Amino acid sequence: MAWTRDEMAARAAQELEDGFYVNLGIGIPTLVANHIPDGMDVTLQSENGMLGMGPFPYEGEEDADLINAGKQTITTLPKSSFFDSATSFAMIRGGHVDLSILGAMEVAENGDLANWMIPGKVVKGMGGAMDLVAGVKRCIALFDHTNKRGESKFLKDCTLPLTGKACIDMVVTDLGVFSRVEGQRRFRVVELASGVAREEVEAKTKADIIFE
Amino acid sequence: MSKVYKTARAALEGLCHDGMTVMSGGFGLCGIAENLIAALRDSKTKNLTVISNNAGVDGFGLGQLLETRQISKMISSYVGENREFERQYLGGELELEFNPQGTLAERIRAGGAGIPGFYTKTGVGTLIAEGKEHKEFDGETYIMETGLKADLSMIKAWKGDAEGNLIFKATARNFSPMMAMGGKVTVVEVDELVPVGTLDPNFIHTPGIFVQRIVEAKCEKRIEQLTTRERSA
Repeated sequence: MAWTRDEMAARAAQELEDGFYVNLGIGIPTLVANHIPDGMDVTLQSENGMLGMGPFPYEGEEDADLINAGKQTITTLPKSSFFDSATSFAMIRGGHVDLSILGAMEVAENGDLANWMIPGKVVKGMGGAMDLVAGVKRCIALFDHTNKRGESKFLKDCTLPLTGKACIDMVVTDLGVFSRVEGQRRFRVVELASGVAREEVEAKTKADIIFE
Repeated sequence: MSKVYKTARAALEGLCHDGMTVMSGGFGLCGIAENLIAALRDSKTKNLTVISNNAGVDGFGLGQLLETRQISKMISSYVGENREFERQYLGGELELEFNPQGTLAERIRAGGAGIPGFYTKTGVGTLIAEGKEHKEFDGETYIMETGLKADLSMIKAWKGDAEGNLIFKATARNFSPMMAMGGKVTVVEVDELVPVGTLDPNFIHTPGIFVQRIVEAKCEKRIEQLTTRERSA
């Protein structure tokens, strides 16, 4: 059985380390916050200007001035801090954030990421994604292995306009975990979702990947 | 010379002309200068270039200036929540320049800090890099981005005094401190105008030198994505 979205998020959460500053993208990556191991000190950065993002507020306690990058109402923690957008992106572009977990439309075998634009369709913009993949120390792409038509999103080369070149270090999909091999244009299989066979992964992957 | 104005409309008087460039603070609807945006709409100034992370929503925030077709160009990082924007853009009525969010923030900061250009890794190898100067530093490739300035910056703060010293609240700060620096004239609306001397100088976010006009005004503060959690029994 392929992993559910929650299981994918839980698997990505295993990549967190004590003391990490982490930026989570919109969509499945947001779910990673629910799987931070107990006792582990992880600080969530929200690029609209906050470190130490807390949970959603109780009904009636929401504050319009306190939102995350997905524009959802949130709360503070005792360790929280606020800052302006230039400072926020100094954290991101200056290499101070340890890990970025983002969604993807396509990832190529060399680590290229496309996640912001489909030519001919309405373009909403890249937001902070290009800054994150250019500046954060380690980037994990978290996405469904295939699209709605069953076509691979893990490719030899991206067909869509790029968000960043050779920027993805790890891929976590519903089928498994894949880690980019240092200095190579390839990913290695770290783990397959329980019950997922190598043949299924091979059939649904256009990228040239290494099985142990 | 007093910086304090009684109404948003009065605070914009004499500052608006067709074809001008306006910086407008806020992230989504959080921290937007609601009353100044409405006053700019009422001024009927046309052919505006607006620098703002987002473009408001239909009928609210910058969405109001789109409805009246006062904006001819937007410089933004994300414009997803606005159908009127989409319609005008697809119809070729509206020009759009996308900037990565960090590049946008830094361009605004640089413009206001007297820095005409800077190099960044963001966007290298993407559409954003096309036509821009590339340069290597320590074996890595960077692209040049230019500073941004505006004829008018319209921002929103939490507390301010007659000197123009400002304190922002929570994530409503976002782009506003840089925009305060980037505007030839910066007009601020505040939730609370407090007497000079009551703000602790240690905790001023934007010093008054960057602010030319200030007005106290009530905001609706609309929430885009209300998300809450259950109280456990």
